Amino acid sequence: MAHRRRRKRKEIFAQGNEAVAQGALLAGCTFYAGYPITPSTEIMEIMAQRLPRTEDGVFLQMEDEIASMGAAIGASLTGRKAMTATSGPGFSLKQELIGYACMVEAPMVIVNVMRGGPSTGLPTSPAQGDVQMARWGTHGDHPIIVLSASTVPECLEMTVVAFNMAEKYRTPVILLIDEVTAHTREKISIPFEDELEVLSRMQPAVPPEWFKPYAEAARGVPAMAAIGQGYRCHVTGLTHDQMGYPTSRPDEVNEFMTRLFRKIDNYYHDVLIVDEYQLEDAEYAVVAYGCVARSAHHAVDQARARGHKVGLLTLKTLFPFARPAVEKLCMQCEHILVPEMNMGQISREVKRVNNGRTRIRTLNRVDGQIITPSEILKAIL
Amino acid sequence: MKELQHIERFEIRLSGTGGQGLITLGRVLGHSLALGHGYNVTQTQSYGPEARGGSSRADVVISSSAISFPKTENLDLLIALSQPACNAYYRFLKRGGVLLVDSELVQHAPTNQFIGLPFTKLAKDKIGNELTLNTIVLGAVTHLLSFAEPRIMRKSLEEILPPKIQALNIKAFNLGLREAKRHLGDAPMIWQTAAENGVEEEMEGFED
Repeated sequence: MAHRRRRKRKEIFAQGNEAVAQGALLAGCTFYAGYPITPSTEIMEIMAQRLPRTEDGVFLQMEDEIASMGAAIGASLTGRKAMTATSGPGFSLKQELIGYACMVEAPMVIVNVMRGGPSTGLPTSPAQGDVQMARWGTHGDHPIIVLSASTVPECLEMTVVAFNMAEKYRTPVILLIDEVTAHTREKISIPFEDELEVLSRMQPAVPPEWFKPYAEAARGVPAMAAIGQGYRCHVTGLTHDQMGYPTSRPDEVNEFMTRLFRKIDNYYHDVLIVDEYQLEDAEYAVVAYGCVARSAHHAVDQARARGHKVGLLTLKTLFPFARPAVEKLCMQCEHILVPEMNMGQISREVKRVNNGRTRIRTLNRVDGQIITPSEILKAIL
Repeated sequence: MKELQHIERFEIRLSGTGGQGLITLGRVLGHSLALGHGYNVTQTQSYGPEARGGSSRADVVISSSAISFPKTENLDLLIALSQPACNAYYRFLKRGGVLLVDSELVQHAPTNQFIGLPFTKLAKDKIGNELTLNTIVLGAVTHLLSFAEPRIMRKSLEEILPPKIQALNIKAFNLGLREAKRHLGDAPMIWQTAAENGVEEEMEGFED
């Protein structure tokens, strides 16, 4: 047996934003383009410090959020793992190019640290108002993966997951966190590189003259050659055929669009990540995500201490929506409570899945303050 | 190393005006209790969109077990370095909790059960730098918390602060610790008095 050196992970007391940056670097991100905006700025600050010190790392501060998104797509097409981070107003600006990234199947990670909106809103206060926007913000029918995190260690973990899913499914992945998660400081231990599973995009297995850039290689995902590798790369926002050239032939368009959906829809077992807490015997369930999941966790503990059978389902993947896990609760529980810091963006999904089976209650707060454990407890009891 | 004291859930709020260094104070306190002492700690902050001025606060939660809710609901210790902060957050102090104020800046405490030190004045007169106010508070807080070790706090200050301001801040920390010992009395006595008053209030049926 090989001799194993005992290693101690480095521990730091850090913010969610710092954990996101750490996660990105561990996942192999070598390109960041951004425009600073509260409460996401620390991600950019750290990337500005750290990326230029890594081998071939590039950091760009662009003139605005649209350009940042464009730069990240460009970097992705040249074979890099790219990221940009922003908050509500910047996320609005990025929407058109998020559609472009879906269309050209450019893997990348977009972090949105949610703050109070609409418009400039409450720059320093938390909210969860961009949930449906992350799903449907860009025009046209498209699949997208939206992830969330509720603790500082989860910020690191989910950023790595976001990069892996982006690379595996050749799609932009949105990581939605909120001001509380982004600015909470906690102890985290930084994993060693070899402790993490890090995935990279599929490379062409054929010589350049045989390569069809948008032909399905595996799982509905085409292999991806980097621009400059010698393979033909034609990139367009127009609906394209397997060679990447514009087409409006219904059969080709249909094949392209259904493949775009299929590459994610067929892999729900991999994409849908949830955390179940005290759900085995639960008669009452709370469905939450982001910082509110922490309040809910606390409330569930308090309710259990008083003898109530309450459990918590934390959604780490927001979209595609975790239908199987929620459906199970709809059949098992008498009540489901969905607390969120908006007027009901995930409860809408829960109600859709529930389809009238059980009672769904909502708890909404839009005043820039986190929903507290006692509010959730009051709603449960 | 001494065995860790068991803490159920201990909530601290550091509140005042933007520019007093409260978030830095929360960061140092959290860093030290988490990495130096070895507790579970969450530190959150709340500030206005203004660049300076406005209200500012940092919350620190300390526990021996994992912390789910990172913010505070029932404060064990409230530190108020401005009158508006004291007025706004006093109601979140739980029964038996301790209120520590800057006795120059908070002229009208909402209760007579509080302790105070002239932190800002000490920073100006004794250290000669008003910016060290937050480190003096850290010294006083270390005195109040039975689970906080002054030695580890000093080490954390050295880990976080840039070298050129370390000596000044260690001096400020020691001043805060010393002043608290001299003027506030023994820490266990402070908590015991607060607990007794809490019980009395409960019996008399006072809500606030």
